[in-house]
Amino acid sequence: MTAAAGLAVDSAAKPPAFWVPFLKDAVLAALVAVLLALPLVGLQTYDIGGGALGIRTHFDWVAIGGAAVFAGRLALRVLQQLYRTRPTGRARVLTSIAAWGNRQALPITLLGIGFAVALPFLPFSSRYLIDLGTTVLIYVMLGWGLNVVVGLAGLLDLGYVAFYAVGAYTFGLLARDLDFTFWEALPFSGLVAASFGVVLGFPVLRLRGDYLAIVTLGFGEIIRIVLLNWAPVTGGPNGIGGIPRPSFFGLHFARSAPEGVATFHQFFGLEFSPDHRVIFLYFVILAMALLTNAFTLRIRQLPIGRAWEALREDEVACRALGINPTTVKLSAFAIGAMFGGFAGCFFATRQGFISPESFTFIESATILAIVVLGGMGSQLGVVLAAVLLVSLPEFGRAFAEFRMLIFGAAMVGVMVWRPRGLIAHREPTLRLGSSR
Amino acid sequence: MSPVPLLAVENLTMRFGGLVAIDNISFTAYRGEITAIIGPNGAGKTTVFNCLTGFYRPSAGRLAVHKDGEILQLERIEGFRIVRRAGIARTFQNIRLFAGMTVLENLIVAQHNPLMKASVFSLAGLLGLPRYRAAERAAVERARHWLDRIGLTDRADWLAAALPYGAQRRLEIARALCTGPALLCLDEPAAGLNPRESAELNDLLLGVRDEEQIGILLIEHDMSVVMGISDHVIVLDYGRKIADGTPAEVRADPEVIKAYLGEDEIDNAAEEAPLRPLAGREGGARANGAAA
Repeated sequence: MTAAAGLAVDSAAKPPAFWVPFLKDAVLAALVAVLLALPLVGLQTYDIGGGALGIRTHFDWVAIGGAAVFAGRLALRVLQQLYRTRPTGRARVLTSIAAWGNRQALPITLLGIGFAVALPFLPFSSRYLIDLGTTVLIYVMLGWGLNVVVGLAGLLDLGYVAFYAVGAYTFGLLARDLDFTFWEALPFSGLVAASFGVVLGFPVLRLRGDYLAIVTLGFGEIIRIVLLNWAPVTGGPNGIGGIPRPSFFGLHFARSAPEGVATFHQFFGLEFSPDHRVIFLYFVILAMALLTNAFTLRIRQLPIGRAWEALREDEVACRALGINPTTVKLSAFAIGAMFGGFAGCFFATRQGFISPESFTFIESATILAIVVLGGMGSQLGVVLAAVLLVSLPEFGRAFAEFRMLIFGAAMVGVMVWRPRGLIAHREPTLRLGSSR
Repeated sequence: MSPVPLLAVENLTMRFGGLVAIDNISFTAYRGEITAIIGPNGAGKTTVFNCLTGFYRPSAGRLAVHKDGEILQLERIEGFRIVRRAGIARTFQNIRLFAGMTVLENLIVAQHNPLMKASVFSLAGLLGLPRYRAAERAAVERARHWLDRIGLTDRADWLAAALPYGAQRRLEIARALCTGPALLCLDEPAAGLNPRESAELNDLLLGVRDEEQIGILLIEHDMSVVMGISDHVIVLDYGRKIADGTPAEVRADPEVIKAYLGEDEIDNAAEEAPLRPLAGREGGARANGAAA
């Protein structure tokens, strides 16, 4: 009898337990959507003439939106209930692709480099594509530079764009005031950026995690605001223009050069084409990025690189093993900043014009997103993420105003299915087997 | 044969605000001996270690290390330099391995300073000069020696985090030994080990003591380890040293029995209980409660 009563209660209580939370969830989502939509969609300002603004209401849109969110959320939950295994199945496919990528790392790398070198000469290549490739490579280089700080040393840096700006402005100022060429200024850009890295490093030595992120964020903004307001030196919001283009061992990329200076097309007996410079810039940044990569891969296997990684894992243990955390951290900041400076110098010579507008926080966020999405510490992952993050908005141009939405959705997707990044794999710096 | 003094602690005191964690402790540790520091929870054992290894700056007292005929004052050396200058390496109560790195890498990181010197600010390393490569080979050999010793050679390329608990403890000891210390400080190395692992640990520590002729300073709660391998036992209670001697002497000491088993006289317990916080005093607290 008691058992029967228990059964009856059970069968009465169970069905609501199944769909009530779904309904609650959907109502809540719809409520949030309506609250958000009320001021954003429901109220619209328009010109009533004479410069005055009137308000038009669109509460029907808000209601439609709320109903759509309700239905969508409910459908999502029900689908999730019905196909509970589907997301994990998709994650497994992604994981197996990543595992295959790890096993085939060398062929993939060689293939990637081969493709990058051949890109300008491929039949479908265009000036637009090479320009896009150059932009991607700048971000790849910035990602690899930031990877030293964030991926290896584990120091969360939200102000990396500051070093990019310092590199660019170093070249801009040297070119404007002292007539430096790109190749002469390149080492100085790296050096000055590296010293700024040390300057940032000192006050944040004791900070970790969120606190470090806040200070670096502030540092990035300080640099941008100084550039914006120190008009006598930096040109303020007008920036610096007329930055010289790089030359190919002294040969200029121009239709006609001043007396006594050879141009590239004359020297090689080619027809003049503005594409030559675009292709040359592409190869310059390709070489710079590959050098960055080679340097990082090498230094990772040296004591200093291992100390960075050890510091990321456990600072207290490092101290107990006689590693000086100060120099290790500062060296990571300095080397990461140096690559940022090099990339900034290239950016300046490519654009021919720089202003503080190019160095906003969104740039820092993009570079950090490249490192995190790619998989912290993974060099190949940075390339993959840079190609995705930089070219996705380009290909998404067809979707006009929705492209940022697609961009955001793609990022959420990666973080859901690959929470440790696209390629979350760490190759040991040395193996006992190989050293036998 | 009289043992060579290695570490002389004189009148060490450590205060945190109004709390006296260590109150005027003096002891000596000798080369080629295992010195155990025991005491109830909260007695200040780990604080002594933190003073020795530069994590805390002592409020008062002297920490003298005899090294190659000269005497170094530990309290004047910056924390991270103590390993290199004074040759004091340590492990931690809650294991602190580089979890995301391999077993071998953990042991190579421990040899950071000699390798860094050989790599000449990473320049020789970047260029792959033979001088650096030889240093790296030597470091790997040393790591292999300790891996063989702790029985982890076949798991050298595993991530440290993937090792079972007992192996992690051994690896942390091996990592400290890779720095080439004169004094090895172990903070509860047998915590969480089963009896067989505990016995293996005893053999390892005795072997290290005899082969390397280094001093070992040991904090331990496991009495089978303490009584089995220590040459010398120091007992702390509430930051004071209450006994110092051979394991047999300490075991018979009435003060020590009182500290571990609680007061045997009700009068004493009633008198002292308000002065002493009960927390962190497992044995004593229970005995007091029963007596009251």
